[in-house]
Order: sequence, then C-alpha cells, then structure tokens
Amino acid sequence: MKSIPVSTTINGDPYEFLCAPDETLLDALRNRLGLTGAKEGCGTGDCGACSVTLNGRLVCSCLVLGAEAEGAEIATIEGMADGDELHPLQRHFIDHAALQCGICTPGILVAAKSLLEKNPDPTDEEVRYWLAGNLCRCTGYDKIIRAVQAAAAEMRGA
Amino acid sequence: MRYVAARTAKEAAGLLAAEPGVTRVLAGGTDVLVQLKSGLVEPELIVDIKKIPGIGDITAENGGFRIGAAVPNAALGEHAGVVALWPGVVEGANLIGSTQVQGRCTMAGNLCNGSPAGDAVPGLVAANAVARIAGPGGERDCPVADVPAGPGKTTLKTGEIVTSIFLPARPDRASDAYLRFIPRTEMDIAVASAAVSLELAADGTVKAARIVLGAVAPTVVVADEAGKLLVGTKLDDATLARMAKACEAVCKPIDDKRGTVAFRTRTAGTLARRAALIAYARAGGKK
Repeated sequence: MKSIPVSTTINGDPYEFLCAPDETLLDALRNRLGLTGAKEGCGTGDCGACSVTLNGRLVCSCLVLGAEAEGAEIATIEGMADGDELHPLQRHFIDHAALQCGICTPGILVAAKSLLEKNPDPTDEEVRYWLAGNLCRCTGYDKIIRAVQAAAAEMRGA
Repeated sequence: MRYVAARTAKEAAGLLAAEPGVTRVLAGGTDVLVQLKSGLVEPELIVDIKKIPGIGDITAENGGFRIGAAVPNAALGEHAGVVALWPGVVEGANLIGSTQVQGRCTMAGNLCNGSPAGDAVPGLVAANAVARIAGPGGERDCPVADVPAGPGKTTLKTGEIVTSIFLPARPDRASDAYLRFIPRTEMDIAVASAAVSLELAADGTVKAARIVLGAVAPTVVVADEAGKLLVGTKLDDATLARMAKACEAVCKPIDDKRGTVAFRTRTAGTLARRAALIAYARAGGKK
C-alpha cells in the first residue's frame, strides 16, 4: 500500500506524517506521532477511549482515517493541561477520585471539555447523555459526573 | 487499498465506476471504519467525499432544506431551521450512536448503509425526502423511499453516490415525530421504530398522514393504509387503535435475540400510535 503524506494541526502545532490508506487517526497519533494519550479500547467507536476533537467536533479517532486529518485541526488530551498546570477538569478528576485504572480517563476528559465548551452549566442528565459513548468499567460513573460538575462550577466562576 | 479525497461529485463517481474491486464511499465513516476494522470488507478503493464543495452544507431551498451528504447529524441538530421544520427527522438522526458518533455520522450514510433499523431513514421516508444522486451518467433525484433494497443493499448503481438529501417545505399546521424501542436508554439499535408525518386542517383534523415503520421488514415500510385511517380524524382512541392494527398488518420482521416477531410487530403499532400523538401536538392539534 502506498503511504499518504498528511499535514495537519494537533493541539495548535503543525504536524506532518505518512500513513497507510487504511490506518486510523488513532494509530497514526499513537504509533507515528507518539501521542499515546488517546487509547484503543474497542476500535469500533463504542467505548470512547480514543476521543479527540476534529475541527471542533468530538469524535472517536478509531473511526477516522489518518488521511482524513489532512488540513484538519485536531485536539487531543496532550493539549489539555497548560504546561504543568492541569485543566480544571483534570484537577477535579483527581480530587474526586473519578478514575481507577485510568484507561478511559483521557477520552472522558476530552469529551467533558467538549461538553463544557458547548454547555457550561449542564444538568447531571445532560452530562450522562453526553458521556454515554465513554465507557468506564471501574468507577460506576458517579464520581465522573461529580468531577465534571465541580469543574464546570469552577470554570463558570473563573 | 487506495484512499482518494475526491474534489467533485463527478470525480468521485468516475473513480468508483472505474474500480472493478470492492469500493466504499467515506462520509462520516462510522459504518465504513467498523467494516474495515472487523474485516467484513477489504475495499480496493475508498473515496472520501467530504472535500466536495458544498457537501457539508445545509442550504435553504424552495421553503425546505437541502442537507449535504457529509453533514454530520450533530450539525443537523444544531440547525434551528431544520429542527423547526422537520423535528421528527432530526430526532431520528440524533438518536444514532454516541456524541462522538453524532460528530461524524450522516443521514446519507445511514441511508446508504442499508440497515433496516437505521434511525434516520423512517423519518426521511415519512417526510417524502428526495436523495440527489450523482453517477457516471450525471445527476438524478430519487425519493429516499426508493433507495433501500434490503439489509446492506441499495438501489444505487455502480459509481453512484448520494450527494444531498432534500427535505421539502411544510404547510402551516404540519409536523412529524419519530420513536424507536431499544432495551436501554441510548446507544442501541432500534428493535422497532415508527415515524409519523402529519398535516392538519384549520379545524385540527388530519389532512394528510404518512406513517413509516423501521426494523420490522428488510427495508423500512410505508404503512399506507394506517396513514389513510388518520385522515379526517382528530386521532381519537378508536382511530389510533385501528391505525396501530393496520401498522401491525404490514410488519414482516425477523425473530432474533433482540426481539421476537410478535414483540416487534406489536411494538411498531404502539410506537406509531405514540409518534402520531406527538406529531399531532407539534402540528398544533388540540385534543
């Protein structure tokens, strides 16, 4: 298979990479660019562990071809903290112990950030529906919802 | 496998028509990528249609809206005009998958995937939506109802792609609704579904009704007789009961682990009854 040259923007920085035509964006991020924050859980868009934003929309990077990233703006978990300063969502996930094994956490943080950009004051139900595509087998979700709400409250006040 | 991002619909059609092997059209990719991953298909050629100018746009046209084939369903739900004119179409489209899937999946893709359980399709058929299709021989318009041909199959010919779906204008006092049954609250595939589109007369009686059932036959089913029963009524209980029976009469579902024939049939009628009441209220009808 002929490799495809892709030039894209990730977390505000320009990137160029070569990928196979059937290679997913998730594989390109992880294996070619060393951005291993996005995880592969299912590889079929069910679990949300590979969540990133593509041109501002929350997507599963396992359901995007690397070649589709050409000319796109991508945001991943690696761009969430500002240097050493954690994003409020990241801080509140730690404070609320909203994770155990942590595999789902990058995807949930990216998804929650995308929710709060669209809706800074969601109800618990809105948070649960928004995150329905992010599976967590450890926490039972309750702590995740509380952490998102605590971060949302702090961000509204800031 | 080759990947090509076509620059025009004509180029896409030409590439697809010229490829003797298996091809796939890529819009949102939420079905195609899963097929690739599972090894269900090994296409020789994937044609990405998202770079075709205008294919990601929602455009007002003749009082209705033209929805580009690459418009993600999330964008459809954010479009106040489409939501106001065809709320049932939008609620069906927005039921598909998670937030992440909504950011990518398209109505045209749902249609062309050919699943009898596609949540976007009954609403489109109830709306008398029209697919614009580009092919090697040029462009044609085809009622959405005539696109599905059975599970995984469509009537599209080699090289043809859907480039947009047109939702027509609505008179005053008209609306629609879509309901599906799943054994959980979200993230599942319809066991049975129903879309109802109604137009009311000034006195609130039904002037026209179109009822479409999903997941109860190899393709979506237009329940013509059931629709006719509603005309001239204000959806009294006896009429709705007759309508539900008429819906059941056109169901030819399969038995599987997700629902039996009897359950799917009964549920389709019940959903049609409930969706009719929602559409009626949305259209301004008062009981």
